[in-house]
Amino acid sequence: MFTANKGRLAAVAAVAVGAVVALAGCASGDPLDSGNTDEGSATLVIGSQDYYSNEIIAEIYAQALEENGFTVDRQFKIGQREVYLPEIESGSIDVFPEYTGSLLQALNPDAAGGTAAETYEQLREQLPDGLNVLDMAEATDQNSWTVTQAFADTYSLTDIASLTNVTEPITVGGPSELQTRPYGPTTLTEKYGIPIAGFTPIEDGGGPLTIKALVDNDIQITNVYTASPNIKSDNLVALDDPDGLFFADNVVPLVSDKVDDKAGTVLNAVSAALTAEDLVSLNSESVNDELSAEKIATAWLKQAKLF
Amino acid sequence: MNLFADALNWILDPANYVGPGGIPVRLVEHLGFTVVAVSLAALIAVPFGFLIGHTGRGRGLAVATSGGLRAIPTLGLLTLVALWVGIGLGAPYVALTILAIPPILAGAYTGFEAIDRTVIDSARSVGMSEAQIMRTVEVPLGLPLLIAGIRSATLQVVATATLAAYVADFGLGRFLFAGLKTRDYAEMLGGSILVILLAVLLEGIFTGVQRLVVPKGVAAARPSVDRGRSARPASGMDPAITKGTH
Repeated sequence: MFTANKGRLAAVAAVAVGAVVALAGCASGDPLDSGNTDEGSATLVIGSQDYYSNEIIAEIYAQALEENGFTVDRQFKIGQREVYLPEIESGSIDVFPEYTGSLLQALNPDAAGGTAAETYEQLREQLPDGLNVLDMAEATDQNSWTVTQAFADTYSLTDIASLTNVTEPITVGGPSELQTRPYGPTTLTEKYGIPIAGFTPIEDGGGPLTIKALVDNDIQITNVYTASPNIKSDNLVALDDPDGLFFADNVVPLVSDKVDDKAGTVLNAVSAALTAEDLVSLNSESVNDELSAEKIATAWLKQAKLF
Repeated sequence: MNLFADALNWILDPANYVGPGGIPVRLVEHLGFTVVAVSLAALIAVPFGFLIGHTGRGRGLAVATSGGLRAIPTLGLLTLVALWVGIGLGAPYVALTILAIPPILAGAYTGFEAIDRTVIDSARSVGMSEAQIMRTVEVPLGLPLLIAGIRSATLQVVATATLAAYVADFGLGRFLFAGLKTRDYAEMLGGSILVILLAVLLEGIFTGVQRLVVPKGVAAARPSVDRGRSARPASGMDPAITKGTH
């Protein structure tokens, strides 16, 4: 009886300690901290956004590095910049496909922006210690405010400012983070005086649900990337942006100090070969042909005759 | 750095209680959504469950179908339906109703099946019609398991209804998605805590409902003599007695 009580006490104590430990973990731990950041210096951790096109580029980087004798660890589909940027800064990720303008705006919301070259220069100045960008590619994948061709025709829309012609309520649709971005709905109202009736969250990152909502006129404008094959296939119009609300967004590898000259040369060779048309067709292979990032990357590397 | 404290501060911040995106509005939306989805599921599942439980037929089919329904990933189904009907609440309602059907269906027919066969045979032998057996014997006796099924469905729906925010500006899921995508983990955890509190509240209500409803039904069926006596005037067999009791 005494031992039985003792056993029960031990069990209760074990549960209580376990609960405290678990709660302590909840309370102070970083939910994204994997804990092991330096397991073997030869392994390069490659990350990607939760965006199919970004994942294809990350996969190209990964395969190119593997072809050249590097060991890579793929940590794809991490999410949006707000989530992964601190991970790169903390050294958990070594290579990440980035976009010059968007990254610059994330690092400095007041950056001037400008042409592709100007944006790239400003980005290099803004990067924190321990992070670098390699050469940028010709390929760009810019944010844009996009409407359907029919909507553009109805109100003779050409550029973002012309949205003031619209007489019906404008509902903006897109992922949650769009609401707080520097080029988001608030800026449309404050800078151009465009009345925005509301914001509808569609959390598939500019995917088929977003495009369908736009085509169905459930939302009137959304943020579609200019390299999206949907612009052509669904008859969409990316509104001109003469004021540089969106920065030039050339594809560029963001790398940590662990990426040495040899790896840098490999990635620069990839960037040199990646054209704007290539990026659209890579995206099209993913969206329209439903090929995996792995297959698309292998095929492109083969066709580009890089390694 | 203490995420949990930050989340509690977020919940207690009065600024989060105003406007169309405030906590009270989101809570009401979320609760309303859950009630509607579970009710829709009950409307579909309860009649089928009763029929299967009463006749004993189609049980294999029901088990296979509800097993299949349980295996459907709700987010995938929601995306698929949304691609068909468009964004808004339609797709989440379909997906969450389908999520809620299996436990309610199982609760309805297992409630009938759990009844001692001799009770039903006795009811039949005293001349009750099949409809009477269902109404006065099987439904009250099966109620505990049906309510348990609805309770389990409600718990699943209230937790999964956060997905409504995937395609609509609706419910507590907005806090989860917005918090996740803008790295505002206090908002994300705060939203999760609100979902948990709502789930606990609903569990509490169901515990009460189970206590209230179940003993009545079981008591009504147990002493069959009492039941017979009270049922006789209602059947109109003896109008004099009925008048006399007024």
